[in-house]
Amino acid sequence: MIETKNVNFYYGSFHAIKNVNMKMKSNSAIALIGPSGCGKSTFLRLFNRMNDEIPGAKLEGECWINGKDIYTKHTQVDMLRKNVGMVFQKPNPFPKSIFENVAYGLKVNGIKDRAFITKKVEESLTAAALWDEVKYKLNKSAFELSGGQQQRLCIARALAVSPSILLMDEPASALDPISTAKIEELIHVLKQQYTIVIVTHNMQQAARVSDKTAFFMYGELVEYSDTKKMFLAPEKEETQNYITGRFG
Amino acid sequence: MMQTKKIQEQIAFTVFRLLGFLVLGVLLWILGFIVYNGISVISWEFIFSAPTDGMTGGGIFPAIVGTFYLIIGSTLFAFPLGIMSAIYTVEYTKNNWLTKCIRIMTNNLASIPSIVFGLFGMTLFVNTLGFGDSIIAGSLTLGLLILPVVIRTTEEALKAVPKTYRLGSTALGANKIQTIKRVVLPTAFPNIITGLILSIGRVSGETAPILFTVAAYFLPKLPHSIFDQVMALPYHLYVLATSGTDIEAARPIAYGTALVLIFIVLLMNSLAVIIKKRFEKNK
Ligand SMILES: Nc1ncnc2c1ncn2[C@@H]1O[C@H](COP(=O)(O)OP(=O)(O)O)[C@@H](O)[C@H]1O
Ligand SMILES: [Mg+2]
Repeated sequence: MIETKNVNFYYGSFHAIKNVNMKMKSNSAIALIGPSGCGKSTFLRLFNRMNDEIPGAKLEGECWINGKDIYTKHTQVDMLRKNVGMVFQKPNPFPKSIFENVAYGLKVNGIKDRAFITKKVEESLTAAALWDEVKYKLNKSAFELSGGQQQRLCIARALAVSPSILLMDEPASALDPISTAKIEELIHVLKQQYTIVIVTHNMQQAARVSDKTAFFMYGELVEYSDTKKMFLAPEKEETQNYITGRFG
Repeated sequence: MMQTKKIQEQIAFTVFRLLGFLVLGVLLWILGFIVYNGISVISWEFIFSAPTDGMTGGGIFPAIVGTFYLIIGSTLFAFPLGIMSAIYTVEYTKNNWLTKCIRIMTNNLASIPSIVFGLFGMTLFVNTLGFGDSIIAGSLTLGLLILPVVIRTTEEALKAVPKTYRLGSTALGANKIQTIKRVVLPTAFPNIITGLILSIGRVSGETAPILFTVAAYFLPKLPHSIFDQVMALPYHLYVLATSGTDIEAARPIAYGTALVLIFIVLLMNSLAVIIKKRFEKNK
């Protein structure tokens, strides 16, 4: 369960997230939609504290994950990031072998047991629906894979450290339609075990993969409800306009 | 209109190509000149024995060994130091005063004449620290000389590593040091090697910095420790060409020495290129 309480976020004097209160249930997929620049990525990065490093950025309010405030002095950010994985807009595998990419998170978290790592790599690649395509070339460079395969590799890489939440920032926007479909299928399966928060600019995609949808505009959460309801009968006029493509 | 444009392009192309050939020609000419004049003295004996007969006979083995020691010594000093300071300026602090100082210093250090490094090395390492004329004093002096190059190329190499790699690593729970060690440095390594190539060329060829810090005029035995003096190829070449007992008689040996020096530089460079290729294959 993810919860934000009166969250405000600033880049210097720019008010990027405005007083957002939101609850996201575990083992479900939540889509964040809205015009570009409305703060979706900023909001997403709050949950694995990837905004921490941005100079001049400031957070007000609270973010809770599974009953814990993740912005206390005692929060172990590396542990948080193990629990909250992230998949980026453009596939960003490391210039290493397929195996080493998936094993990376385990190794930086201090795991040395070869047998365990090997097992985890296979499990993660299987969970990311990539195992059959790469099982004979685990030692090949990740750059030999296609874009879609690279993105699934990045998903496997995130899964390897056993997170409970996956943050995805427009994970399919750099991919062709077939690869996109594969990623969406994957999200369908994964959301039974993981909480998935996905940013997308693609309405159909939000409608297809998510259980709940949140619509943001100018840093404000305009509407947040069940995806079906959101797309069939939105409450706010702005939502209606955005969904039907009348602006944005 | 189209026609003139095309002709202009043709002319430009031809000019550039001719210039390219000219440069290549000059290089080949120099190389050919040295090979032509030096090849006759090259033999196992020339490479593996010490100079004799007032340096008009014998070989250049002590100078070869000396140059190797200086290459290794200065690299061992300048590389860890240079790489670490580049990591500091690029990865840890973007624009604080220390970073700015390092940047200004490296830019200025790079343009100081090498003889000044020689004087500085003599004052600091030879006299003040009391190393005397020695491999260590020479290596440290040469190390200082190449430090700016190492810092520069390492900085560029680190900056060329995509930011998305760092983000990907951070998002998996890696801290900064882990990210640098496991992702950034390995990715930047081939380009850091370029710095190695450049500085090896520099170290093997410089005479001024070793003149007062390590180079022996004539020392037909090998060093026993890093506090011994050694002969070195560029200085030996200088001695042979200007101040031997019989300069005319030593002339072929001078060309032979030049040939060996060039060969060593080429050898080191190819070694570096091979290492670079090795690493790039794993990407
Ligand atoms: N690092 C940053 N520094 C300053 N402003 C930023 C930074 N990142 C994003 N912004 C600004 O914050 C707003 C929200 O950005 P973002 O969260 O990336 O929007 P979205 O993902 O919805 O397109 C935009 O106006 C953007 O210009
Ligand atoms: Mg975005």
